[in-house]
Amino acid sequence: MSGGGARPLAPWRWLGLPMLAVMAATILFALPMRFNGYGLPEPIFALPVAFAWAVIRPSMLGPVCVMLLGLFLDMLWGAPTGFWAVCLLLPYGIVLGGRTMLQGQSQLMMIIWYVGATMLTIGAGYLLTMLDTRNAPDPLTVLWQFLATIVLYPFANQLIERFEDADVRFR
Amino acid sequence: MSLRDNPLGELRVPLTWTAGIVFVVVLIASVAILLSDRREAFDTDEYGNPRTMTDKVLAPVGDALSTPGRLTGQGVEGIRGYFFAVSENRRLKAELDNARQWRDVAIALRDTNERYRQILGLKTDPPIPMATARIVTDSRGPFANSRLANVGREAGVRPGNPVMSENGLVGRVVGVTDGASRVLMLTDVASRTPVMIDRTNARAILTGDGGPNPKLDYLRGVNAVKSGDRVLTSGDGGVFPRGLPVGVAVKGLDGRWRVVLASDKAPVDYVRILLFEDFTQIVNRAALDKAQVPPPTPGASTLPPPAPPAPKAAAAPPAPKTATPPAGSAGAPPATAAATPAPKAPATKAPAPRPGAEPE
Repeated sequence: MSGGGARPLAPWRWLGLPMLAVMAATILFALPMRFNGYGLPEPIFALPVAFAWAVIRPSMLGPVCVMLLGLFLDMLWGAPTGFWAVCLLLPYGIVLGGRTMLQGQSQLMMIIWYVGATMLTIGAGYLLTMLDTRNAPDPLTVLWQFLATIVLYPFANQLIERFEDADVRFR
Repeated sequence: MSLRDNPLGELRVPLTWTAGIVFVVVLIASVAILLSDRREAFDTDEYGNPRTMTDKVLAPVGDALSTPGRLTGQGVEGIRGYFFAVSENRRLKAELDNARQWRDVAIALRDTNERYRQILGLKTDPPIPMATARIVTDSRGPFANSRLANVGREAGVRPGNPVMSENGLVGRVVGVTDGASRVLMLTDVASRTPVMIDRTNARAILTGDGGPNPKLDYLRGVNAVKSGDRVLTSGDGGVFPRGLPVGVAVKGLDGRWRVVLASDKAPVDYVRILLFEDFTQIVNRAALDKAQVPPPTPGASTLPPPAPPAPKAAAAPPAPKTATPPAGSAGAPPATAAATPAPKAPATKAPAPRPGAEPE
């Protein structure tokens, strides 16, 4: 990666490829498979990517990609159109706004921010579902999805470490 | 003209601000999309073009991707069957002995039922045609529980059709395109299914909440349900046919009555889509509105006498007189003659006399 920092970061590298990877992983986990009678969990693969995009650098394409990922999730999972787009954009915006606070923080602080972003996403989903259906989702299932998403933090960290210093203008 | 010569070439907009503005615009657009999407569309054919197109693309993709997993599962099942063939054979023999006894009982009951139906002139439900489908994608999160089946419009599937596995009800179709159908599971937070308790005939609404065991809401009656009661579809509202197995009632940890779904006994990989049309779909409402009301039965005491409008009060009294005499050889023609004008009046003013009669 020597010398890579002198060039502007190509969008397809830090936005396009992770987006495709998220779509592939989400489709794989949406296959009707059971192991020992238990179905696969349904983590929000798009969240670590959205979190990392907000940390890496501000971008005009970033929010658009987050919205596209959200719309893709809506179509695949059968949620109301725009549901996941809103749920993912909210933590993206918060992390983007607090980006200066995140710079140079320890790994623990990053994890806390990531957990907060996950809580915000799922909390927004909970609230929107309640408003839409006038029915509260099962808290245990919500907790299960929350935990399945939390463990994806290493993917966010990997993306951040790879591209955080890739663009010299945002070091 | 090079960029350096352009007077706006030196104009630099802070990227952070522009990114922020784009974020706000995208968020507003997403909220607008969300507000324009209503889940009430489940009840209609307005599934939406983006969803239709996505389902059409996703169905073959999911089908192809799930093939290795399905084949592996079948292979593992085959190996397991080979090694456990003896115990399985014993279990099946015992089950067969039991089933033979039930077969005799069922034949006797079927004969009795047929006789009762003939005596009563009971009109039973016609058999429901089905379409078999394979599930190709599966979403099981807390906010959406739906599956994509690889059979669609070409097989006659329509929105609202019930979907069953070999064990029980799974959900209903909410979107159809060529080669794919979106199935809303009973566990989805937006799912509402009219059900009844088999033992007490008590009615309830099965409400999904994203968890594995949907709730029994609006349960009517005292001690209407106890643990282990079978839950069936009630057929109320005409969305589902009556009597489809749903599951077994259990008391949840939160103290509410819930249902362990019968379809959870085995993986839901193959399903049957019931091409069921409820009465409201079959009936031609326009034809019903135009239909003439049948003439009142002569001598019947249950029918109220027709209430003619005030100006025709003088012509009204003869009608009951001709209808009330006991049926005789001479009474029949006047009764039909008196009855023939009667339907004409209600046919055009059918709704009008009834509200007028109610206050009396």
